[in-house]
Amino acid sequence: MTELVGQLINLLAAILLMLSFAMISQRRILSLIHLFTAQGAALVAATVLVGYATHQPHLYLSAGITLVLKVLLIPLLLHRVINRLDVRWDVETLINIPMTMIIGIALVIFAFNLALPIAKLSVSVVRGTLGIALACVLLSFMMMITRSKAVPQVIGFLSMENGLFFAATSATYGMPMVVELGIALDVLVGILILGVFMFHIREEFDSLDIRHLEKLKED
Amino acid sequence: MTWLGVVSQLLDLAVALLLAPLLSGWINQWRAWLQNKSAPGLLQPYRTLHKLFNKESVIAENASPMFRGAPYIVFGCMALASAIIPTLSTDLPLSPVADAIALVGLFAVARVFISLAAMDVGTAFGTLGARREMLIGFLAEPALLMVLFSASLISKSTSLTTIVETLAHRDLAIYPSLALAGVAFTMVSLAENARVPVDNPATHLELTMIHEALILEYSGRHLALLEWAASLKLFAYSCIGLALFFPWGVAEAEAPLALLLALPALFVKLAIGGALLALLETLSAKMRIFRVPEFLATAFLLAVIGLLVNILLAG
Repeated sequence: MTELVGQLINLLAAILLMLSFAMISQRRILSLIHLFTAQGAALVAATVLVGYATHQPHLYLSAGITLVLKVLLIPLLLHRVINRLDVRWDVETLINIPMTMIIGIALVIFAFNLALPIAKLSVSVVRGTLGIALACVLLSFMMMITRSKAVPQVIGFLSMENGLFFAATSATYGMPMVVELGIALDVLVGILILGVFMFHIREEFDSLDIRHLEKLKED
Repeated sequence: MTWLGVVSQLLDLAVALLLAPLLSGWINQWRAWLQNKSAPGLLQPYRTLHKLFNKESVIAENASPMFRGAPYIVFGCMALASAIIPTLSTDLPLSPVADAIALVGLFAVARVFISLAAMDVGTAFGTLGARREMLIGFLAEPALLMVLFSASLISKSTSLTTIVETLAHRDLAIYPSLALAGVAFTMVSLAENARVPVDNPATHLELTMIHEALILEYSGRHLALLEWAASLKLFAYSCIGLALFFPWGVAEAEAPLALLLALPALFVKLAIGGALLALLETLSAKMRIFRVPEFLATAFLLAVIGLLVNILLAG
């Protein structure tokens, strides 16, 4: 039974990775938010399963927080932001997607190699998934770097948090509750501030392209 | 080789040849239903084949023998491919002839010949179709190979029968790599079989057609063979998918009676798969031809990640 749960966690880890790749290859902002929601849901399921397999009830609580925040609240906020900013169908221009995906696969190989020796030290049921979690973090990092608009960058930031959370769960069965609550609040506050930020960027430049921020004075 | 092996081999081939048009008909019916249209009969593909076989075949004046020969080669490739895929039983005397890599090669041979034939007459549409077909083909093949390798890594063999035997006999183990490979395989088979996000099988609009542009010059029995080969290809791909991802119910060498159960199991699996394919086609919009490389690159990357995940989680 425990073995089956372990395999299910591995499967969810693979799904998380797949969703990270889908987010990299996605152009439209609305679909990006849907993918982010799905990633949150997969994360919740994985956390619950790890909690079940290791008999750690506090993981249920952190799964609950993730569910409320990343599956319900933040996607709702993001939907409202893109509705207000009217960028629902914004098709992004960025360095071409096949190229990003090839870099992405190099990142995955790097993360897997990095995680292998660490995983050998660990005795956790889900030690194999550390590499996947690391890969998710790096992929979201890259998404933040390669995107030119503000909203996808914020989503990249949030998805990086997903990856970190999953890494913590798979390597050490979750962080202490205080830290977890702190991070959850930070993310929530972060998204609110970034939301306000986006409105300001838009008001100032009539666009969400953050390249405008590079100019120091108006010409 | 036992007589039972020969019987199951012949049965495998016969089922493929006879059921392939039925599968196409089934998918067309579901497509029509899902789009609120009244559907053509389930047996419509057989009627079309019968009609085409009885018609006279018109061939362009400047067509070379290649043009006449291509339909037979394509049909032969597809029939052989369906014969070596374990649809009903893994006791196939023909299967040592070709493993998973050769199977991809067989599809490639068919593609090369149909493209050459399309360019042979020298019409603009044929050349256009051939170019697009090659564009899709050379991107889809590596992805398909990677999908098959994912399954080969688990069973440590590239022989299709061994793969199916290992996968069907595991005691309920979940392989994350197969989930990734499954998504990649779905994308590849949509592209290879000229289904909706890549090509519309029902269109004759010159700007978008790929498969139809290739066979535009054919008529009569040649066209019938090519249509039959196309439905065989769809059938073969469905069976590869079922063999890799849902291999339950396939009979084995030691259990001849399981063959009786294997046929209904195949029917049910194909019926569900066909309906899902129609649903997928209805839900998605056709993409621009320039987006296709990206689509297939994604499939390739997913399959490669599947391989990597397999190595990571096994290590």
